[in-house]
Amino acid sequence: MPYDSIVCVKQVPDTANVTAEAMKEDGTVNRAALSAIFNPEDLHALETALEVRDAHGGTVTVLTMGPPKAAEVLRECLYRGADRAILLTDRGAAASDTLATSYILSQAIRTVGHYDLVFCGRQAIDGDTAQVGPQIAEKLGVPQITYLERVVDLDENVIQVQRNIGQGWEIVEATLPVLITVIDTANRPRPCAAKKVMRYKRARAMTELAGEVKDDLPEASDKQRQAELERRSRSLQDRGLMIEQWDLKRIGAELERCGIAGSPTKVHRIQAIVLTKEGFTEIPPTEEGVRQLVHELVVDRTWG
Amino acid sequence: MIEPNRQGEVWVFAEQEDGSLHEVVLELCGKARELADQLGVGVGVVLPGRDVQSLAKPLFTHGADRVYLVEDDRLAHYQTGSYCRVMSTLIEKHRPQIVIYGATPLGRDLGPRVASTMRAGLTADCTDLEIQNVTDPRTKVEHENLLLQIRPAFGGNIIATIINYDWWPQMATVREGVMPLKEADTSRDGELVRESVELDESVLALRLIKRHIEPRKVNLKGARVIVAGGGGVGSKDDFELIQHLAGAIGGAVGASRAAVDSGFIGKEHQIGQTGTTVRPALYIAAGISGAVQHRAGMEESAKIVAINTDPDAPIFSVAQYGIVGDVKKIIPMMIKAIKEKQ
Ligand SMILES: Cc1cc2nc3c(=O)[nH]c(=O)nc-3n(C[C@H](O)[C@H](O)[C@H](O)COP(=O)(O)OP(=O)(O)OC[C@H]3O[C@@H](n4cnc5c(N)ncnc54)[C@H](O)[C@@H]3O)c2cc1C
Repeated sequence: MPYDSIVCVKQVPDTANVTAEAMKEDGTVNRAALSAIFNPEDLHALETALEVRDAHGGTVTVLTMGPPKAAEVLRECLYRGADRAILLTDRGAAASDTLATSYILSQAIRTVGHYDLVFCGRQAIDGDTAQVGPQIAEKLGVPQITYLERVVDLDENVIQVQRNIGQGWEIVEATLPVLITVIDTANRPRPCAAKKVMRYKRARAMTELAGEVKDDLPEASDKQRQAELERRSRSLQDRGLMIEQWDLKRIGAELERCGIAGSPTKVHRIQAIVLTKEGFTEIPPTEEGVRQLVHELVVDRTWG
Repeated sequence: MIEPNRQGEVWVFAEQEDGSLHEVVLELCGKARELADQLGVGVGVVLPGRDVQSLAKPLFTHGADRVYLVEDDRLAHYQTGSYCRVMSTLIEKHRPQIVIYGATPLGRDLGPRVASTMRAGLTADCTDLEIQNVTDPRTKVEHENLLLQIRPAFGGNIIATIINYDWWPQMATVREGVMPLKEADTSRDGELVRESVELDESVLALRLIKRHIEPRKVNLKGARVIVAGGGGVGSKDDFELIQHLAGAIGGAVGASRAAVDSGFIGKEHQIGQTGTTVRPALYIAAGISGAVQHRAGMEESAKIVAINTDPDAPIFSVAQYGIVGDVKKIIPMMIKAIKEKQ
């Protein structure tokens, strides 16, 4: 029987590859210099959903919350075979902590309507919290199965999942709907399909289109721009290339539960980790140097 | 969400598996004791499970004043729904001001569900917790004795301090191995409080089919000295050098992810963000570049010695001693020098 899946994905700064160019003089990270990437574990979540669809039929809807630029990861989902993509973008969602984020995403999932499975990556590499998946599940009132390694079985609305529990694994069974978070050893995400890239590279969300019209017609009046925007969006719409764009109103979110107002945790202080050379001794790579090092470590009782 | 409750206790969630406590729980008890003493309140530990009463004793000797024991056959195996029901029911009833969980796979599954149920905050993977007065820069209101929740973020490139003014309890998961395990005070005792919590079908949605636990083979956490090898060691054969050096100084063997991925050694030796967090007295990093994910698991070590052919390898920036050279040459020299000393 067919199953409908929703996958939550996120665009993140590539924190894993902080290159020399991304380091500032003072040793701190220049975030702007980091490239924006598809959160790695979300790709595995998408792959799991696509595999379920390939085996059983149904649909895969991808959902992201973020700035207009986040539509990039939605296109990547379309290249890999997602059926429907939704960009949730709203200034009121900015600065949401995990509780507010999960509230907003759960409202969006309700707005999508029917679903059997919700998939998330275990965690995003910019925050590494792993909280949003479980919190969406709680808001939706569905069970959660975290750290999926493998779908063991899916039949008649009952899923069996092997999950990683750190020191081993367990297989659990649940009746759908459930929310599942996926880890990076679960599968190998498929590459983008060339044909789909050709087709979907023109797919745009309305806010992206508006930006492009503005760039293309710098001299035009607002009215002319509006007309051009309507023309372009109609043309994309006709070819099935408009990425749906929702705001907080569209998903019926209570504003006081979103953004800063809806976030119990506040950032009090941020300290950049400055890599210092303080107290550093370079030991020459010779027998004598090494002997000296061993001697020092014994003298200061570091070992022995 | 509960209203701020200045008399509320400091709570620890007691993770256990088949009747044995997870190591992190006792580490957290020590920290909770410290925080509670500063606040002038008690330490409570919530202990759910089946036949787990005997675990209360070590909790008391490590700092608990009160253990809330919730015994039920249906709590024999952890599942999110039932354990979340236990935590949220007891939090509403007793209104603790702080609740901490180990940042284990289980704690990171449970904590967020409880936070969402309570509509409270939760900070993941803290490496330190402190009590301090904080003035809200927006309202200028001074909040007394808040919990500072300190954690690395952004791939370990920044340290963020998170607070929660008034959507209490203040909750955090805390990494394993970062809070020192204090010695048991065998003269301490406390009060055992039996609680029963209503569990209905809705919180028992998962059926456990099968479970496989691997015995913990390496004890990286308890090691005073760790010798760790990375991708730069080159081959599985050469990785034996790392084992020999560890053997010579009585240390444990660690590895970077590159060494594990290349099959030089098993995953249980991996140190870093997705491996174990350690802080030995001495950490020798051989042929390890020092990527942020690796540093996240070892930079708290008291002394770090780095051996790397690349003088610009980031590992040198966290090391106290650096040797620019080939591990295959340097390690035999070290083994020799140690043998001479002995
Ligand atoms: C989400 C995520 C989580 C991760 N978690 C972890 C984690 O938990 N732990 C972890 O370690 N990594 C982790 N990584 C991987 C991490 O980013 C690095 O890729 C990894 O640490 C590199 O290991 P390495 O330094 O040993 O290998 P390499 O990057 O291959 O570096 C080898 C080093 O050895 C030096 N070298 C080469 N030959 C010699 C020689 N003969 N003698 C001496 N030195 C030599 C080189 O100069 C180089 O610095 C994670 C990555 C991601 C994205």
